[in-house]
Parts: sequence; C-alpha cells; structure tokens
Amino acid sequence: MQLLTPSGQRVAAAGPEISAQEIEAHIADVTSADLSDMYADMVIVRRLDEEATALQRQGELGLWAPLRGQEAAQVGSARALAPDDMAFPSYREHGVAYCRGVDPVAILGLFRGTAHGGWDPNEHGFALYAIVVGSQTLHATGYAMGVSREASQNGWRAGQKPAAEASKGRAVECATIAYFGDGASSQGDVGEAFGWAAVFNAPVVFFCQNNQYAISEPTSRQSRVPISHRAAGHGFPGVRVDGNDVLATLAVTRWALARARAGEGPTLIEAVTYRMGAHTTADDPTRYRDADEVARWAERDPLARVRAYLTAQNALDDAAAAAIAARADEAATELRRRCLALPDPEPLSMFDHVTVVESGHVAAERADLADFLGTGDDPPAPSSTSPRAASAHAARPSPARPDLAPADSAPASSAPASSVPASSVPRAPSPPGSSPPEASLAAARSVAPPPQTPGPEASCPR
Amino acid sequence: MRTISYREAVRQAMLEEMRRDPNVVVFCEDARFWTMPTHGFVDEFGPDRVPVMPISEEGFTGAAIGAAMTGVRPIVDYTIANLMYVAWDQIVNHAAKNRYLFGGQASVPIVFRAAMKYANATAAQHSDRPYPQLMNVPGLKIVVPSNPADALGLLKSAIRDDDPVVYFEPLLLWGAKGEVPDGEHLVPIGQAAITRPGRDVTVVAIGDAVPTALKAAGALAKDGTEVEVIDPRTLVPLDKTTILESVARTGRLVIADPAHKTCGAAAEISAIVAEEGFGSLRAPIVRVVTPDVHPPFSPALERLMYPTPQRIADAVRTVLGAPSAVKDLVS
Repeated sequence: MQLLTPSGQRVAAAGPEISAQEIEAHIADVTSADLSDMYADMVIVRRLDEEATALQRQGELGLWAPLRGQEAAQVGSARALAPDDMAFPSYREHGVAYCRGVDPVAILGLFRGTAHGGWDPNEHGFALYAIVVGSQTLHATGYAMGVSREASQNGWRAGQKPAAEASKGRAVECATIAYFGDGASSQGDVGEAFGWAAVFNAPVVFFCQNNQYAISEPTSRQSRVPISHRAAGHGFPGVRVDGNDVLATLAVTRWALARARAGEGPTLIEAVTYRMGAHTTADDPTRYRDADEVARWAERDPLARVRAYLTAQNALDDAAAAAIAARADEAATELRRRCLALPDPEPLSMFDHVTVVESGHVAAERADLADFLGTGDDPPAPSSTSPRAASAHAARPSPARPDLAPADSAPASSAPASSVPASSVPRAPSPPGSSPPEASLAAARSVAPPPQTPGPEASCPR
Repeated sequence: MRTISYREAVRQAMLEEMRRDPNVVVFCEDARFWTMPTHGFVDEFGPDRVPVMPISEEGFTGAAIGAAMTGVRPIVDYTIANLMYVAWDQIVNHAAKNRYLFGGQASVPIVFRAAMKYANATAAQHSDRPYPQLMNVPGLKIVVPSNPADALGLLKSAIRDDDPVVYFEPLLLWGAKGEVPDGEHLVPIGQAAITRPGRDVTVVAIGDAVPTALKAAGALAKDGTEVEVIDPRTLVPLDKTTILESVARTGRLVIADPAHKTCGAAAEISAIVAEEGFGSLRAPIVRVVTPDVHPPFSPALERLMYPTPQRIADAVRTVLGAPSAVKDLVS
C-alpha cells in the first residue's frame, strides 16, 4: 500500500482490508504544511541518528542501534498517535521517541550507560526500550486489555460472557501500539500476543517494521508469507504498507488506531522498510548483504520522495529545506554537547533499584564496596553531579529511601564532618530524563490526530 | 602442541566432532556471522546439518531435544547465555527431565552452548552467568572451561556425552590463547584441575576467575604466600575430592566466581567443604563473587562487580589473618 511513489508521485491505494476512500478519509486533514513538518521530523531524526552513530564510533556510547532508512515508518506511525495513546517500542524507535517528546539525550544516556530507564513512560506515552525482542508485544497487549477493562468496570467480573464477546464494540479513549521487527515476529511472545489480543479484542495495533534483517538473517528465515498474513490466522486484519512512505504509514496507522478506539480490536501493520545501516554498531552488514541490494533500497529513500512531492507542490523550496537541515545540524550539535556532559554514575549507585526496599544482604554488599573503595576517606562526588541519580530522585522521591540508611550512611559515617550523606542532599533539578526536550529539538509541530472526545480519566491509565 | 584461542578451540571441537560423527548437528542463530565459532560451517556441512534458525529460541531448543531423542546429537548455540531464558521451559522441563520421565527409554544427547558476555558493557539482559540457576536442575551436566585446551577437550566430551550438557563460555576468554595438545584431546567431564599448586591457601576459581586467580597467586608469591588454584572445570558433577584434598593440605579456602553470591557455585562449594572438610579449616571460608545486583550498563559500574586479582589477593590475606591491604582497585 503506497500513497507516495519513490519519485514523489501521489497515487491512490487500497487493500483487501481497507478501501481507497477509507485511506483518503484518514488523511483528508493533512495539509502540505503538515507533510512538511513530518519531512522536518524525518530530517532531524536522521541527523540525530547520524550523530549518535558517530558518537559511538568515537567511543562515547557503548552501542547504538541506527534507524537510518526507517524514518518514515517511525514518524508516520508516531504522528498518527494521539497524546493519550501508549507506544511500546523495541530499541530502535528513536524516531517514535522523538515524536513523543522524549529528550534525545535521555536515549543517548541509555546507550552511554549513564542511566537505566531514562524517561517517564507516563509523561510521554512511550514505554521504555525493550531489548528482549518481542517481549514488549505482550506488555502492550496487557496494557491494552487494562485500558479496555477500565472502559467497562464490569468487563472482567466473574460470570460474564466470554471475553472476546464481552469486549466487542467497547470503545476506549486511548489506543496502544506495539513496535517490533521481522525477527521478533518469530518469537513465541509475539504469537501469544496476537492470540491474546484477538480473543480479548484488545485495543492494540501491532506495528511490525520489516526492515528485512534480523541481525544477519533475512526475513525469508522468519516467514515464507508476508508477516501481515499472520494476522488472518488469529482473526484480525493485517495490512502491508510501504514503510518508506510516511503518508501511507500515517494513513494506515490512523485507520488501525481508530479501529482500536472503536472497540474493533487489534490490527497488524507490516511496514516494509529497510535498515540502511548496521543492526547495531557491533555489526558490519557488508558481511552479509549485497551492495546492489542496499543501492536498490537507497532509491526508495523515505525522505527524498516527500521532498520531491512537496517541491512539486511548491510547498518546500530550497531555502526552506536548507533551514530544516540547519535546524537538524543545530540539534545534533546540541545533542553531542549534552551527551559528552553526561558523567559516569557514582560507584555505589549500582546498588540502587534492585528492590523497592533494599535487602539486608545487598546493603551489606553496598557497604563492602564502599569500604573497598575507601569511600569513607574519599567521598564520591555529590549526587547532584550525577544526572542519573538526580533525575531518579527528583522525579520519584521514594518513601523507601530512609530505609537505605544503613547502606547509604556506611560510606558517610567515617567521612569528614563537612561531607553529608548523599541521600540527604537535595538533588539538583538537572535531569535529562525528565526535562522537556529543548526548544530546538521540539520545534516540529505534531500533525493533528483525528478528533478525540475527552473521556473519563479512568479509561486512560496515563 | 599448538597455540590457539579459546574461540578457535570451541570451533575446532565442533569441527572435529562433526567430521567424526555425521549425527552431530548445530542449531544456531546468525550461524554465518563472521564472529561466530560456527562461521563457515554451513559451507562445509550444508544447511541440513547447520540449519540457520529463525529468531525463536524456545522453538529450536524444542526441535533439537526432539532430534536428540531420535539419535541426532545437536549442539544448540544460544549466541548469548541470556537468550537461553527464552527456552527455559524446554531446557529445564524437557531436556533435563525427559530421560527420567520416560523411564529411561530415551536419552537427550544435546549440548547447549552459552557464551556469557559479562564484563563487556552489554547490560543486564545480555550479561548473566546463569550456571548457578541450572546447577539446581537435576539431569543437566554443567561445564565452564577456562582455557583453550579445556574448551576443546570438554566440548568434545560434551558432544559425546549421552546426557544434556550445558557448556558455558566466558566471552572474555574467547580471545585468550593457550597451548592445546596435538591429536585427539578429550577432557573428562567431572574432573577438576590443579592449575597452580601451593601450600598456604586454596583458591577455587570458576571461568574467567581462573586467570584472575592465577594473577593474584603470582603477585602473592612475591610475598612468600603460595596459593593453590583449583579450576573445577565441571560444576555438575563437581569433583569435590580434589577440592577437599587441597583444603586438607592448606586449611584455608577462597572461592572466586563471577556469578551472583546467593545460591551460587561458590555457596555450594562452601557448603560441601563446611560439611565434609570442617576439620581441616583454620579460617572461615571467603567468597569473592558478584553482589546480588544486575550488571549495570555503565562500564564504570560494571567493572566494580567481578573478581579481580586485587580482591582475590585481599581475600587470601584475610583467610591468612593479614589486614586488608589493597584499596586501589578503581584508580
């Protein structure tokens, strides 16, 4: 399914599950200015991705999973989401994160090892990255079932009708979308998520970015039919869209989200795209794929076709494109600067967050390390210099912290009188994870979602 | 003798056994990836014996167990030890139990290869050392070779074993080189090695803690302390005789293990020595292990977790009654 050809021609599209009129209806409100904004999103996320890749190559990140080539699939689907919708990403969804307002430096902190987590999923409607491929499709299904349950308090009471029947037609205020890849589609988790979502009619969209490779293994090693066909066996629609076409991806995702909100259950979208770069920076794709194949996909570039279309519409001239590129460069420079300013975490922070209330044996291990490091003689830098700790404590003061006194105070007990236990120092509010994106990074305007009726708070867990 | 890397030893063991026995097959994801010990296997043995797997660990583990019960000898390569968790039900509930539950009518001659990527900044979901969890499962044999010769000899023995063997490789050691005997080299499962003899303190070390303990022993020798380093090589069945005889000579025991402290191999070895060698002990046993926290992604934090020569030397001094002397780990 395609609305913009690689050369930028606007065409009509339809599929077995969705008519041309339906598709067009879902993007009827999209103006050239909106499309231009999405073009800017794609330019910026590509540029930020390039910067992150360079930072990893320079030893500033432990790893990076480049998104190059998948900008349209990510921006098109993310711009289809309403603010209250919830997205469950895998680990390459930097473009989705950007559209959900996650500060890019928070993502770099993850890959630099300065933070676990990094952002507030509730604030952004964007769950934390999932490294175990496919696992997040089950989390998304459970979340969607919770949304559905809250929409009808009677939904899961004992003695009700079978679940699928009971929830059929139940409208919800917010939809859930799960991002995963062609490789993950082979995991049992994904098959189980499809099954559960179907029988419970969960308001979830399964968004598969088929980027053609699971590390070194081609999609032909995962499936002999298009991945979208798998939905049929579970009893819900599966559609295949050109994932390098931001407009078609936006249209199909809006359609699928609307189905979810209307109580029509799950949808599988297979966005056919291509990972132009490496699986991660620990990979070398030239070892397992042909330069010819990469060149063929380069001709289907997701950015070039939008620019060609907008240029033909007189909606984007060279000056405007140059301004977007300059914004992207500025954002990349800023990202680099802030990434390099992220310090290593304090040694003893490795013991944080193992459990809500620290177990005695972990507290003892914390004290042992403090002793071994001689922290008592040479206290660590104040916690306020650690953005990781600052963001964690500033965002979520934990009532359990006083219970950590034996562990936390161990290094401080023998410290000079001027040193104060770290836990009692007010944390400086410098959290990259919880601060809003800086102005230069948040300039992209969101495309208006389909009209929403504000609903009761209870039906949106966030 | 020839000098090869640990990774090459793993590769040689599989090649030798696959050439010897057409029933030996490899189930692997990314088998053709250039860093994998199985690189080139598809070319030599064909896709029937080296089927490159979909990304579905539970699926191909189950298939391999089924194949094993028909007489095939699969080597299942998980690439990264943590990926085994996806197949936990198949490993624990099926591979380990089928022979028992089938009244001895079937056996499961399978090798699960698990490379442990810890101390490599690969974060909590790629850095586990899961052997203690599987030591708790009857029916599995568990080996953790620490040098190329043992990697070669133990993998060949594991492939020939008629029971499921879990073969853990510390990825840190993949590049380590060492001498390997020419010709057929088999190391029996269940036999420890005295890697360095010594009279004062026994250090039982596991996996990459073995070369770490040898460094500590070298440093301590300069002060006149003679450490005996024992590499169990096999954790199940454990060669407790070698350990107990050593403790009988030295009277002091330190255990170095990069796995978590609670219910780990070090805990089991401590319990055995406390039960059966209590009369020999002249000081409390000391474990140099990883605290019960997940490996942080930050290299600055992760490098504080695992046994180091300094920590082991510190523990040796502790069991000898000397004050703690080493404080400069992080600098």
